[in-house]
Amino acid sequence: MRGIVKRFPGVLACDAVDFDIRRGEVHALLGENGAGKSTLMKILYGLYSHEEGTILLNGEPVSIRTPTDAIELGIGMIHQHFMLVDTLTVTENVALGLPSSRGPLLDLDRVAARIRELSETYRLDVNPDALVWTLAVGERQRVEIIKALYRGAALLILDEPTAVLTPQEVDDLFHILRRMTQDGHSLIFISHKLHEVLNISDRITVLREGKLMGTVPAQGMSRADLARMMVGRDVLLERNRSPVAQGSARLVLENVSALGVTGHESLRGVSLQIHAGEILGVAGVSGNGQRELAEVIAGLRAVTSGWVEMDGLDVTGQAAGERTQTGFAYIPEERMHDGVVREFSVSENLILQDHTRPPYSKGIFLDFAHIAQHSQELVRNFRVKTPGIETPTKSLSGGNIQKLILARELARLPKVLVAAQPTRGVDIGAMEYIHQRLLDQRETGTATLLISEDLDEVLALSDRIAVMYEGRVMDIVKREETSAEELGLLMAGVYPER
Amino acid sequence: MLNELFTLATLIGILHSGVRLATPYLFAALGETFAQRSGVLNLGVDGMMLMGAFTAFYVAFNGGNLWLAVAAAIGVGCLMGLLMGVVSVTMQAEQGISGIGLYLFGLGLSSLLFKTLIGSVESVSGFPKLALPLLSDLPIIGYIFFDHNVLVYLAYLMVPVTAFVLNRTTFGLSIRAVGHNPEAADSLGVSVNRVRYVTLIIGGGLAGVAGASLSIGLLNVFQENMTNGLGFIAVALVYFGSWRAVGVLGGALLFSLVNALQLWVQVLGIPIPSDIAVMLPYVLTIVVLTLTVRQIQQPAALTKPYERGE
Repeated sequence: MRGIVKRFPGVLACDAVDFDIRRGEVHALLGENGAGKSTLMKILYGLYSHEEGTILLNGEPVSIRTPTDAIELGIGMIHQHFMLVDTLTVTENVALGLPSSRGPLLDLDRVAARIRELSETYRLDVNPDALVWTLAVGERQRVEIIKALYRGAALLILDEPTAVLTPQEVDDLFHILRRMTQDGHSLIFISHKLHEVLNISDRITVLREGKLMGTVPAQGMSRADLARMMVGRDVLLERNRSPVAQGSARLVLENVSALGVTGHESLRGVSLQIHAGEILGVAGVSGNGQRELAEVIAGLRAVTSGWVEMDGLDVTGQAAGERTQTGFAYIPEERMHDGVVREFSVSENLILQDHTRPPYSKGIFLDFAHIAQHSQELVRNFRVKTPGIETPTKSLSGGNIQKLILARELARLPKVLVAAQPTRGVDIGAMEYIHQRLLDQRETGTATLLISEDLDEVLALSDRIAVMYEGRVMDIVKREETSAEELGLLMAGVYPER
Repeated sequence: MLNELFTLATLIGILHSGVRLATPYLFAALGETFAQRSGVLNLGVDGMMLMGAFTAFYVAFNGGNLWLAVAAAIGVGCLMGLLMGVVSVTMQAEQGISGIGLYLFGLGLSSLLFKTLIGSVESVSGFPKLALPLLSDLPIIGYIFFDHNVLVYLAYLMVPVTAFVLNRTTFGLSIRAVGHNPEAADSLGVSVNRVRYVTLIIGGGLAGVAGASLSIGLLNVFQENMTNGLGFIAVALVYFGSWRAVGVLGGALLFSLVNALQLWVQVLGIPIPSDIAVMLPYVLTIVVLTLTVRQIQQPAALTKPYERGE
């Protein structure tokens, strides 16, 4: 790909980017959110058109305007959000969109036979007759890989393939990928996880704000080197956790069960305690009850049994608003849905839950002067990058919206804090800042529950780590006494032998 | 008088009418099944049926061949399906609203054409009874199932045809994928819009036949708004049947049997106020829908227009 340029309204998503990949190579594409990695790859896969530049395949210029063009040229893409139809079987998902050997009639038996061959060759373990919704995340990813291989992909784009996997599943995936490159497949690996990129790639290309920062061989690079290329300055990769004297139990859950969105029991007898000055990390593959756990503590989901105590008071029956008044703060997982009102201005979002009380209101009226002053202060203190406090919140970047929510919640000086996926989708700079804020909060004696799918984040910040699997807490381990491997096994529902 | 309802002759009569009256429900609801499986809720079925009914009647009234009349009804239905496609697929209008618009359009236009081209209620000789040889000689069953006009048989034939197309063909697989996860289908080169256009046109054509089955098959007259909301019940039947052809068949039979029962109650002069009797199928629609719809089967992208990109 030479000199690729792509503009979105108001943004230059790709600014004259060059990119090349050789046969049998893993080439990592590294960059922060919004750096243009996905955009570049969507151009290669025919989902976006580009304004300038050329794409060459084996030396010949090619025109790729639709995914069909890309598939015909032997390019496959595994999207971050799997492109599978839940209600269909594995075989049907693979056959979708392909001509059949029997004209208008389906030839699912032949497709299934070929799937078995492929899973044999690459050890992609999958049952062709299974319905996709019954499959675990790792299996779905294997279906995606089979889908691409079935279509004869010689070049495969993997968009953040490890984001949803346990450490063991990542190892399995890497084995599969290596086997594929030995067979002459070329792989483009999009990621922002530095150690994985160093582990799997031959070469690494770094993008920042749509610009090419350089292409380097993986050999001899360190995480710090890559982080500097990504962000443009030195980044603190390790977090400094100073020892903090822990106080009394601030948050206690005793045998809590609750129903999930689907009406099935999603929390099963969860018990845990968090003390003042402690961060308890919750690790687990998404969908194992983490979301319900956060909502139960926030008072947004009713319990079916058990109770919740905050600061010694039973709050089980209390509504969300009452809990915030007794010193509870909540950073929800879905920041755009549950964290802010998209259309509201920055300052309106900053006073949201407290707007009915002084000092933000007098009687039934809002005190605009005070609100403005308070908002200015928070925006400055929490380094929210915004043109002004009247800017509509939806026009801010993900990282800045997250800082805004953090500002609002921490301004309440909480005794108990629940942070669900606090850095998902935010850039490294914002992540560094949010982590530091959470650690500062720990030092002031806040009891924090940190829910994250990013195991590195959990390991970096937590004092103790609870692993959730199918709505249960498998185990709670001390951070110093555990390893990524042990946590990975627990996340898969297996108790490691000791 | 209630005793009369339970004589063998009456029961056979009710079953015979029930089988026969299911015809328009089947055509319309099976057509709607295609559209909904691909993710488009077409509420304009009733309007399409009215246009089909009028077109078929007009051709037959002017001495045209009955099959030509059916073909014309299919053509008009397909055109209305195409129109729904332009509005709801290409222009991405809210499907519920555009469907109601299409219904009102069909209702108004068929009434207008009826007033200007025909003027008064006339009758035509529609499709004659076609007793199937041997089968119709069977005792009781022969009369109930095999003593109808050809459109009735065709309607039942459409049930396995629909199931086959949806489950055994590549196009059927595309329909199911588009209705459930259009992004996934798009990423594999399946044109979401093309699939939805085709299902809407199939649905329109079948709604046209459904209308024709009323005006030149069952009743052999045309009146303004003669469908009386039947097209809306057909939409409900798709939900009732959990988006499967066999389920739709079950629903259609249930409603047509209740309808037949209600007609016979009136014929026999059983003292139930006729308004209440006529209400029965509609009340049943609501009750059954509240009790049976399993959301899990619903095409996830139903009523959602598809647009590529983030």
